[in-house]
Amino acid sequence: MMIVANRKYSKVLRASRFTTLCIGSVIMLLPFAYMVSTSFKKHAYLFESPPRFIPKEPTVSNYVQAWTTGNFSRYFFNSLFVTSISTVLTVLFASMAAFAFAKFNFVGKKWLFLMLLTGLVVPGIVLIIPQFIIAAHLHLIDSFGGLILFYVGMNFALNTFLLRGFMEDIPNELDDAMKVDGANSWKRFIGLYIPLSRPALATVSLFSFLASWDEFAWAITIINSEDKRTLPIAIALFHGQHQTSWGLVFAASVIALIPVVIVFLFAQKHFVQGLSLGAVKG
Amino acid sequence: MSEVAERKSGEPSALPSPKPPKRVPIARRRKSMGNRITPYLFLFPGIGVFSLTILFPIVKSLQISFYKWRVLPGIPSPFLGFGNYTRALHDPIFWRALVNSGFYMLVTVPPQIILGLLAAMLLNDKIRGRGLFRILIYLPVITSWVVVTLLFLYLFSGDGGFFNWILKDLHLIHQDVQWFGSRWPAMIAMSALGIWKGIGWSMIIYLAALQTVNPELVEAAAIDGAGAVRRFFAVTIPAVRRTTTFISMMLVIGGFNVFIQVYLMTEGGPLGSTEVLLTYMYRQAFSYLDFGYGSAIAFLLTGIILVLSGVQWRFFRPSEK
Repeated sequence: MMIVANRKYSKVLRASRFTTLCIGSVIMLLPFAYMVSTSFKKHAYLFESPPRFIPKEPTVSNYVQAWTTGNFSRYFFNSLFVTSISTVLTVLFASMAAFAFAKFNFVGKKWLFLMLLTGLVVPGIVLIIPQFIIAAHLHLIDSFGGLILFYVGMNFALNTFLLRGFMEDIPNELDDAMKVDGANSWKRFIGLYIPLSRPALATVSLFSFLASWDEFAWAITIINSEDKRTLPIAIALFHGQHQTSWGLVFAASVIALIPVVIVFLFAQKHFVQGLSLGAVKG
Repeated sequence: MSEVAERKSGEPSALPSPKPPKRVPIARRRKSMGNRITPYLFLFPGIGVFSLTILFPIVKSLQISFYKWRVLPGIPSPFLGFGNYTRALHDPIFWRALVNSGFYMLVTVPPQIILGLLAAMLLNDKIRGRGLFRILIYLPVITSWVVVTLLFLYLFSGDGGFFNWILKDLHLIHQDVQWFGSRWPAMIAMSALGIWKGIGWSMIIYLAALQTVNPELVEAAAIDGAGAVRRFFAVTIPAVRRTTTFISMMLVIGGFNVFIQVYLMTEGGPLGSTEVLLTYMYRQAFSYLDFGYGSAIAFLLTGIILVLSGVQWRFFRPSEK
C-alpha cells in the first residue's frame, strides 16, 4: 500500500519538477528568442503589439549589413585574436602557478597565495584608474597588447585558485614514480599534471575565454581607433550611433554570441566536474 | 577522466601495505626542497603579470587617492591627504550612488542564491533533458553584459516594449511604464537583469557542490522518515553551507561592482538619480579627469566590500569544527 502511494507521489513530484523546469527555462530563453527573432526583422524599430516571435517577412539583411558595412567582420576577428592569445597565456600561466602552489613548499607560499586571494576580492573595474595610468606609461593605450596583458592579469587569480584545488587532489604516487624515473619538474608538469587536469583546464579555459570575449569596461577605456574595436564595445557604440536599429544591433549581438555557445558546448561536458573537483568542495 | 586516473593511482599504493601513507609526502617534500628555485620559476610569469596589472595598481590607487592627481606628465600633483575621502563623505551624489549600489546588491543577491539552489536541486538527479535545461539556464551567464543589457533595454522599452506589453496583458498596469525615466523603475529593471543573468552561475556552483554531498546521508534521512522538505533543510542545506558562503560573498562583491548595466542603460541618469558607485567613479576619472577623487571612491568601495566579505566569513564559519 505504502509503496504504491509513494510511487504515485514520486510520479507527481517528477511531473511537477519537469513542469517547473520547463517554465523556468522558457523564462530564461524568452529574451534570447525575442532577440534572435528581432534580428531577422526588417523594421525592428517598430514595436509590434502583440509582440511577434516569428517575423512576418524574415530577412538576413541585418546580418549582411552588420557583417559588411557595419564592419563587424573586422571586430569579430579582433575579438578572436585578443581572446585566443589571452586565453592561452592565462591558462598556461595559471596552471604553472597552480602546480607550484599545489605540489611545492617554498618560502613565501602563504603570503603569495594571500595576494592571489586579494585579486579575487578586488575584481571588476575598481582598479581601472591606476591600470589606465600604467598602460599609458607602457604605451599600451589603443593596442591589442594592452588588452591582452591586462586580461591575463585579471583572469590569473581565479584560474590559479581553481586549478590549484584540482591539482592538489592529484595523488603524489604517480608523481613519485616519474621522479624515480628521473623526470624533472617541467616534464612532470607537462607529462602528468596537465593531462590529468583536463576537466579543470576545460573549465578555466572556458572562464578565460568568456571573460576576455565579453569584456567591455577596459576595452572601451583604452581602445580609441575604430579598427581596433572588439565586439562588445563595437556593439555598444553601434547602438549609440543607431539608437533605433534594433535589428542591426541584435544581428551583431547574435554574431558575437555564436562562438560563445560553440565553445561552451565543447567545454560543458567537463564543466561541472571540473568545478566540483576544484575550489568549491562541499 | 581524472576519476579513472585517481582510482588507478590509488590502487597500487593501497595494495602492498596498509600502513599510513604519511611517509611518502615527507620524502617528496625533502626532494622538492632540494630544488629551491623551481617553484618560483613556475610562478614567475603569472605572478609577474598579476603584480603589474593588479597588485601594483592597488598600491598606486591608494597613492593617487591622496592627491589632486594631474593627468599630464610634468605637472606636480598637490597632496591632499584625506581630502578626497572627506569630499566623498560630504558629496550627496556619492551617498546616492552608494544607496543605489546597495539596493542593487540587496535586491539581486537573495534571488540568485535561492533560485540557483532550486535549479541545482531540480537538475542534480538524472532526469530527461537535464543537459539541455542546464545549458538554457546557464546561457545568460555566458552572454556578454553588453548584449544582455541592450536586450533588456529593448525589452523594457517604454513605448510598446515587451515587458510593458506583458504587464498590460496581465492587467497589472494600464499605461506604458517609462522604465528608464525615473530612479526606482530603472533600478528595478537593472536588478531584474542582474538576477536573470546570475541564476545560472550560482546553479552551476551549487551543482558542483551537490555532487560531493553523500547520497547515503540523504537516503538514511529518507529511511528515517524525513520528507523531502525535512531532508532539504536537515541534510542538503548544511552540506552546501561552505558553498553558500562562497556564492554569497562573490555575489555581494559582484552586486557592489554593478557598472555596465547602468553605464549603458541610463548613464546614471536621469539627473544622476541612478548613478552607482562605479559609474560615478568612472565619470569622475574619465569625464572630469579627476583621478584622485575617482580613486578615493574606488577605495571606499573596496573597504565596504572587504568589511562585508569579512562579516559573511565570520557569520558562516564559526560553527564549523
